Amino acid sequence: MKVLVPVKRVLDYNVKARVKADQSGVDLSNVKMSMNPFDEISVEEAVRLQEAGTASETIVVSIGPAKAQETIRTALAMGMDRGIHVETDDDLEPLAIAKILKGIVEAEGPEMVILGKQAIDNDFGATGSMLAALLDWPQGTFANSVAKDGDSLSVAREVDGGLQTVKVSLPAVVTTDLRLNEPRYASLPNIMKAKKKPIDAKTPGDYGVDTAARLKVLKVTEPPKREAGVKVEDVAALVDKLKNEAGVI
Amino acid sequence: MAILVVAEHDNESLKDQTHKTVTAAKAMGGDVDVLVAGKGVKDVAAEAAKIDGVRKVIACDHESLRRQLAEAMEAVIVPLMGDYDAILAPDTTSHKNYMPRVAAKLDVQQISSVTGVESADTFVRPIYAGNAMATVQSSDTKKVVTVRTTAFDSAGEGGSASVDTIADPSGPFKAEFISEELTVSDRPELTDAKIVISGGRGMGSGENFVMIDKIADKLGAAVGASRAAVDAGFVPNDYQVGQTGKAVAPELYIAVGISGAIQHLAGMKDSKVIVAINKDEEAPIFTVADYGLVADLFKALPELDEELSKAGY
Repeated sequence: MKVLVPVKRVLDYNVKARVKADQSGVDLSNVKMSMNPFDEISVEEAVRLQEAGTASETIVVSIGPAKAQETIRTALAMGMDRGIHVETDDDLEPLAIAKILKGIVEAEGPEMVILGKQAIDNDFGATGSMLAALLDWPQGTFANSVAKDGDSLSVAREVDGGLQTVKVSLPAVVTTDLRLNEPRYASLPNIMKAKKKPIDAKTPGDYGVDTAARLKVLKVTEPPKREAGVKVEDVAALVDKLKNEAGVI
Repeated sequence: MAILVVAEHDNESLKDQTHKTVTAAKAMGGDVDVLVAGKGVKDVAAEAAKIDGVRKVIACDHESLRRQLAEAMEAVIVPLMGDYDAILAPDTTSHKNYMPRVAAKLDVQQISSVTGVESADTFVRPIYAGNAMATVQSSDTKKVVTVRTTAFDSAGEGGSASVDTIADPSGPFKAEFISEELTVSDRPELTDAKIVISGGRGMGSGENFVMIDKIADKLGAAVGASRAAVDAGFVPNDYQVGQTGKAVAPELYIAVGISGAIQHLAGMKDSKVIVAINKDEEAPIFTVADYGLVADLFKALPELDEELSKAGY
């Protein structure tokens, strides 16, 4: 089975987002950018499926600026076979991304698309399910484990209250949650090897998709600040404050 | 303008997230209807009909909706949307699962996890794990919105809306429910609890959460955890409070051995009173805590247990 993994280049997980003074957005100049952590989990899962003989070919795609190529190289260094870079400097919304991905799916014919449940920059959490709907495919979102069983997938999903297992017929979309796996670090030889792996260069126009934004960002501001309170001496003082001052116990 | 709110329920009872989502819908202005999709939901629909300000309840009662799988929910909702200008649902895992499908079918960009409604087309939502708040205006003709319910008050009771039953969704669907393993607990649910006590990486192990459990049982609290504690395998993922877990806003939030990573703060900073217990007095959690106790949690938790006993708990 061919597996397609869309990945996004985002502000690194460990870097605190700073709001621009003119409230136009978050400052992304001169900051460390990395692969969206949930997408790393997707890449890892695809590579494991290939190592297990379940996936025949693994393709990574990123839709973004020229530097998104670095993110594609990272996935190739982790073990994926080849890449597709759809170059755009616009910060596309999930609907536009899903439409482009649909075009790629139709061209490449994967049986499974696996991607992060959300990107940690815009936090929409929408692309995977949108793609599934546009393709009329079933979905297994927030995956905790994925197993291929004949022509279907068994996906254990992280839901409020525990785990839910669903069986979805292939082709299908899977979105990854934190506990699915622990992504590997690429080894130096694999990083060198990845440099020779092919990356197709595309543009949104190649897929005939209208990518105009539907949401206009009016402003981006700092979240409301919470004032720090007081330090208490000991546990007895804490219980006293909670009971007699705050009245919450 | 007509707005459809999708109810949060477990086929037996209506959840308060529904009432909060109704409040968000009312802020957009217009008529608010509530969709109850599930199996055996007659009582849930009757409860929804009592929410103040609801025009009517639409009930869809079918086996394929028992678990609210995304494919079936899409099939129920998309045909209804001819009559609505907007659809709102709480941002719990069940609704996060299918709402983007509905949006894609309607050719609409979903507006996720809104914490504020400015007008019928303008919303505030957290981005970058709550490090920034974006105010966005949608140009789509219909709005598809998920609601961070902790940011809204519950709509009251006292309504007497009619309940219409609609036709079953047409299957078959390409997904089927196989099984579920729910965490069995007598404690309140994290998102409903008046008091939440959470442990972080400082707890050291899953076994040590027993100390937190004991205090939770005394206070009738729910138990949560930071992502670090979940990643370390101390507790299951559904304990996770934070941007990648659940957003909670209880009366009292007690953070134990949690440093206060921004992604955790994003999920609990709307709590009314925050207590932090941490041995590192520089931990960022203290910058949001109303009451901070700099102490070794392995000493403080047994003491807290004892003090609560003395106080009659």
